[in-house]
Amino acid sequence: MAYTAKVIEHFERPKNVGSFGKDEENVGTGVVGAPECGDVMKLQLKINPVTEVIEDAKFKTFGCGSAIASSSYVTELVKGKTVAEAYEIQNTQIVTELSLPPVKIHCSVLAEDAIKAAVADWREKGRVDTPKSDKAA
Amino acid sequence: MERASIYMDNQATTPVDPRVVEAMVPYLGEVYGNAASRNHAFGWAAEEAVDQGRSQIAELVGARPKEIIFTSGATESDNLAIKGVVEFYADKGNHIITAVTEHKAVLDTCKALERSNSAEVTYLPVDQYGRVDPDDVKNAIREKTILISLMYANNEIGTLHPIRAIGKLAKERGILFHSDATQGVGKVPVNVDADGIDLMSMSAHKMYGPKGCGALYVRSRGPRVRLRAQVDGGGHERGMRSGTLNVAGIVGFGKACELCGQGLEREGGRLLMLRQRLYDGLTSNLDELYLNGHPTERIPGNLNVSFSYVEGESFLMGLNREIALSSGSACTSASLEPSYVLKALGVGEELAHTSIRFGLGRFNTEEEVDYVVERVSEVVIRLREMSPLYEMAKEGIDLKSVQWKA
Repeated sequence: MAYTAKVIEHFERPKNVGSFGKDEENVGTGVVGAPECGDVMKLQLKINPVTEVIEDAKFKTFGCGSAIASSSYVTELVKGKTVAEAYEIQNTQIVTELSLPPVKIHCSVLAEDAIKAAVADWREKGRVDTPKSDKAA
Repeated sequence: MERASIYMDNQATTPVDPRVVEAMVPYLGEVYGNAASRNHAFGWAAEEAVDQGRSQIAELVGARPKEIIFTSGATESDNLAIKGVVEFYADKGNHIITAVTEHKAVLDTCKALERSNSAEVTYLPVDQYGRVDPDDVKNAIREKTILISLMYANNEIGTLHPIRAIGKLAKERGILFHSDATQGVGKVPVNVDADGIDLMSMSAHKMYGPKGCGALYVRSRGPRVRLRAQVDGGGHERGMRSGTLNVAGIVGFGKACELCGQGLEREGGRLLMLRQRLYDGLTSNLDELYLNGHPTERIPGNLNVSFSYVEGESFLMGLNREIALSSGSACTSASLEPSYVLKALGVGEELAHTSIRFGLGRFNTEEEVDYVVERVSEVVIRLREMSPLYEMAKEGIDLKSVQWKA
């Protein structure tokens, strides 16, 4: 399969690979996919509890080149956005940016799911830690 | 496309040996006669070349030259063998025994026969190494069984079936035995009489010959095997496969067989040494690596390994501008399903996605093996650092206990 230049760039020099420390606060973690399906994405968002702006993001992905590229791109995309803005990101934006072929659209769907899962996890935690963030929509 | 500098995908195809190319060249130009033209020197020259090729192929597998029927490749040979037997022997029976790990050329031919109600097919399971148990074959035989079709060596994992035992069983029960020997001929000693094979598919391009040229061995005595032709026309190849012969291809195929035969043991030993070097190198650099297939009953040039926590397509992407390998991952298959062969061995889907096939061949060297070990180790380590599964496993989380949100 021929990959687009952007996929290759993200695959070879992925942005924001890694994990936040276990005890770091204000981090939402989303893990989506399954090993039997050949792709698992872990996306972590570090969110300012006051402004609800995503200040940092990290990922680890088991999957094909397009899945790795989609996760890498998403970490760049969400940084600086508010949680509400990030929640609105559609997979089609990832498809367009990386020029993913039809067989790789599921990689972009997974990346969108990872954002939503990470946000949901952060909100879940927020209910316990900082009730104030409950109003986040 | 950038050129891969190391080719290690020799079960997909092999480079054409320069000596084969040299032998073919005259037949692509100056010797252009039709081997079926019986009345002039142009035809005779072509016929002579075809006869020589036929003899060289027969010689390698212990057959008589007239038992070699030329085709376009092993897929056509499999179709001709299976459909040809089913159609010709319809009054004798309609049951075929094969196995789940066969090549699609056999499996899909069997399925087509089932769809048209021309045959009933038993697909035998295999053990954890990919081998069929001869007792399972025996137990599957029915009164209406007319054909057993089992491959000599598997294309993904290189596993060799107990061919002789099955050949003997087939003979005792008066059932025809077909073997797709595409991956076996030229790699391990194959002898149609000693192995008890009645029909055998072969392909030139898997043994350093040209693409587009294959053959079906059809036993002429003890028993004489009959077939219904699948391509109708001028009655070439004793009426079993019409069509003007691919003279240059046959010349190349013949030369390729001669070369394989000359160095069969020596080359087998050399490939075994390279494979061991490759496997030892990888296991000393990496943990959690699993061998797929049989440790010893496999063709010397095949190594199939699962690198846990690293998906196959991303692995190949990390290498593929330098090293050509193949994967059983879903993302690299046209069907988007992980390898059905590995699945049949009981390899979990999560490991099938991480499987890599190393196909060593005549032109691979020790230096190449060492370089592959080094690059593969680098890529696996890099991708594992990026893999959430590796991180979880290192933290002691049992991945099987996780509720995945697929």
